[in-house]
Amino acid sequence: MSSELEKIVASDATHETAISDPERWLQKFGDYLFHYALQRLHDTAHAEDMVQETLVAAFHARKNYTGQGSEKTWLTGILKHKIIDFIRKQVRESTVDNINALSDATAESGTNNLFDTRGHWIRPPQNWGNPDKMLQNSQFMDTFEQCLKRLKPILARIFTLKELTGLTTKEICNELDITTTNSNVMLYRARMSLRQCLELRWSDINSEKS
Amino acid sequence: MKLSCKEVSFRVSESLDRNLTLRERLAVKIHLIMCKACQQMAQQMKLLRSTALRYSSTADTHDQKELPEEARQRILKALHRENDHHHE
Repeated sequence: MSSELEKIVASDATHETAISDPERWLQKFGDYLFHYALQRLHDTAHAEDMVQETLVAAFHARKNYTGQGSEKTWLTGILKHKIIDFIRKQVRESTVDNINALSDATAESGTNNLFDTRGHWIRPPQNWGNPDKMLQNSQFMDTFEQCLKRLKPILARIFTLKELTGLTTKEICNELDITTTNSNVMLYRARMSLRQCLELRWSDINSEKS
Repeated sequence: MKLSCKEVSFRVSESLDRNLTLRERLAVKIHLIMCKACQQMAQQMKLLRSTALRYSSTADTHDQKELPEEARQRILKALHRENDHHHE
């Protein structure tokens, strides 16, 4: 074999090994990563972009992968950071007014249709049934997903960071450059909104059954 | 300090995000003893947290959403492109 040809073969071989990891990741974990991103962003195109960014980043950082922990965990960690980054940009791009309005504890909008002027429930919350059973109920989980998608975008993002991505309030405040009070009020709005949505939809489903 | 249902709902939500002071906890507790509606609300708030937790850990389950083939091809191309850059 001429030395020239040897070089070509050798370079082809390294080419193969270099690409084989990310390609294998895509094949093996593509669906998982996509699902993970979709659950947190609720947008197919954005979720696809996150998978791509994750694999490209992983390709460049593959030397840092120590082999401790599974590849899946490593890739999920990269994806998680990409998602937090993405949500931060989205929130920062949204108008300041929007955040102010949604995080103002004294503002009446948001919950005033739930309470009368004395702060009593207009429609008292209902019993949804056994919590343990509901977590096993795929219909309840689907309803939760639908309600999450219907949240105001900023509220959905902050709820996602807190409850689906596991950030602490302190981390959220740092990432989004908001105060603890802002964060707590927005999380309150998000929860009340989810609660109300689930109450309406879930009691509909329940009453159909009985 | 007597709280309205509205105030209690905010405190209960906050209790998921920070430690309430003793005084706040007590005020909530007293209200909850007397108010069935807020007891339900408090249970629902807790359920929201466990639902979110469960929901976020279901990416492995049988009803996993699939990465669309088109996107898969696009990502594959992007990876090849990165690889070529890398070797240039």
